[in-house]
Amino acid sequence: MSREPLLSVRDLKTYFMQDEGLVRAVDGVSFEMAAGATLGIVGESGCGKSVTARSILRIVDRPGRIVEGEIHFRRPSANGGAHHTVDLATLDANGAEMRSIRGAEIALIFQEPMSSFSPVHTIGSQIIEAILLHQEGSRREARDKTIEILRRVGVSSPEERVDQLSNQLSGGMRQRAMIAMALSCHPTLLIADEPTTALDVTTQTQILELMRQLQQEDGMAIMLITHDLGVIATMATDVAVMYLGRVVEQAPVDAIFHAPRHPYTRGLLRSIPRIRSRARLLPIAGAVPHPYDRPTGCPFHPRCPEFRAGTCDRQEPRVTRVGDHHTVSCFLYE
Amino acid sequence: MSAARPPLLRVSGLQKLFPIRKGFFKRTAGYVRAVDGVNFHIDEGETLGLVGESGCGKTTTARCVLRAIEPTAGEIFMRVASGSMVELGRLRPAELRALRREMQMIFQDPYTSLNPRMTLLDLVGEPLLVHGMRSRREREERVADLLRRVGLRPEYMRRFPHAFSGGERQRIGIARALALHPRLVVADEPVSALDVSVQAQILNLLVDLQADLHLTYLFVAHDLSVVRHISNRVAVMYVGRMVELAETDELYRAPRHPYTAALLSAAPEPDPRVRSRRLMLQGEVANPAAPPGGCYFHPRCPYAIDVCRTQTPAWQEISPAHFVGCHRAHELQLAGVE
Repeated sequence: MSREPLLSVRDLKTYFMQDEGLVRAVDGVSFEMAAGATLGIVGESGCGKSVTARSILRIVDRPGRIVEGEIHFRRPSANGGAHHTVDLATLDANGAEMRSIRGAEIALIFQEPMSSFSPVHTIGSQIIEAILLHQEGSRREARDKTIEILRRVGVSSPEERVDQLSNQLSGGMRQRAMIAMALSCHPTLLIADEPTTALDVTTQTQILELMRQLQQEDGMAIMLITHDLGVIATMATDVAVMYLGRVVEQAPVDAIFHAPRHPYTRGLLRSIPRIRSRARLLPIAGAVPHPYDRPTGCPFHPRCPEFRAGTCDRQEPRVTRVGDHHTVSCFLYE
Repeated sequence: MSAARPPLLRVSGLQKLFPIRKGFFKRTAGYVRAVDGVNFHIDEGETLGLVGESGCGKTTTARCVLRAIEPTAGEIFMRVASGSMVELGRLRPAELRALRREMQMIFQDPYTSLNPRMTLLDLVGEPLLVHGMRSRREREERVADLLRRVGLRPEYMRRFPHAFSGGERQRIGIARALALHPRLVVADEPVSALDVSVQAQILNLLVDLQADLHLTYLFVAHDLSVVRHISNRVAVMYVGRMVELAETDELYRAPRHPYTAALLSAAPEPDPRVRSRRLMLQGEVANPAAPPGGCYFHPRCPYAIDVCRTQTPAWQEISPAHFVGCHRAHELQLAGVE
């Protein structure tokens, strides 16, 4: 089954050419995802986690552009034959093949359930449209499927909700409807970009639990993008930590939290307040630099407690293997 | 506690209703019960954390305390220099203005709460000017001192806020709040818009400033981990009512209200080895415009019985300084976090 990863991103670079300068939002990102796994991508603002997701879906807004790299995605075959792999980075972003993948085999859930639905169309009509776009069948059948999937994601009285506008739903219900739309075409990869950040904590628990349950039933892989290490620890099987457009550390979830190697990962874990403790926090010095002022060498060096002058500010660290499925980009391990 | 010295602030029976207006004549069709009968006090030098989910009334409570909005009912007493308690609602405008110097606010969003056309000197110096510090030179000295205190370089005084990161802007907001030597600082989600690595810096700064300047905080937040780090006591609100109030460690270790226990168990912990037995609440937060009868929490409460559906629970002191509003508080055994 897992001879070949579902998704393999190789040295992806997505840059934004702006009047003020070049922003290297994603600057050489590589990772792999197995079918059915949950990869958590964690990082602070400007680390490139959302642009990575948008690059995979080929919906990077102008003036952003994939300038380098490969995004190999394994597509299921229609007639039960062998899988085949396509490089999404080479496809025409608006071409037929990309459109048949986007929203169907790779689906996306956004942070803002408020603005993700059209305010003037009913919830149902928007999900029905997605189904009709990617699947055969009549409008009637699509409507039945929509009601069924709304029920599956825990929307109460789906027969009525299907004809409501998104503003008639609460934040939690809207996020459930968003998940219903994403799952309506049975994706093999679900990208969830801060899916619970706008929700209250008791609603967040419900939505995370729902995602986990649906993953068990449908077997899709989830790429979970968040700044919240609590959500990552709860959901992910593997974690990629990003900083200024790079993956600085990648490992199975237990290693990230219990044997972190990169000084940035360690710093993040020391700086988060924990519900079981009142000990003084140990923050990371400084702040994430402005994207136009990207540091030379290792992007983390101005904030790094292990900084070595002459090395970290001059050269770029390579991806180094430090354990089972555990890689770090830091001169400490080269 | 009360024998020696009265608290700095005492709030009793606080209520704030927002009318819902409908139709051409804007007749009042009902009320949103944003805050509905809240009681608490804050001692000098302590931090009271006020937590709850969106719409629970925590921000409205904070704004009523500052008289940024007028409460519908209830009394807010503040201890003045003479040691006596004055009720803010009975003060004349000039008296209230004088007292306002002692109560300041730190806002959530450092990007929108600072006027982008004002330099740091003007932003931090404005309250000084308003309250009578006419000499520019004197103001500059005070602003430089304040900037140093919050960890910014005084040389940056002539710059505009856009040149600063989120964390630095929040420091500017803090400097502005401290300009008039306040005694009470109301902080409304002061770190929730910040990156994790910067959030810790600001929390530590608030703790240090409190110790140095003998400040009293009312700290409003939704994140229970953040609140535990900074608060001496914590109050939990749900749909406009306070449901529990206790000393921080006691509230986290041994919550007495099912909603507090659910909030604690819902907070995702940054440790994959404690993927805990979550106490998952059903349903969603009640609508404060049409709350259910009895205890507002009963439709979601796994322990609700008949009385919960019909009667509002009394606010009772279940053990010394531990208050709870739950009919079954005495019999329930609820899990907290160590």
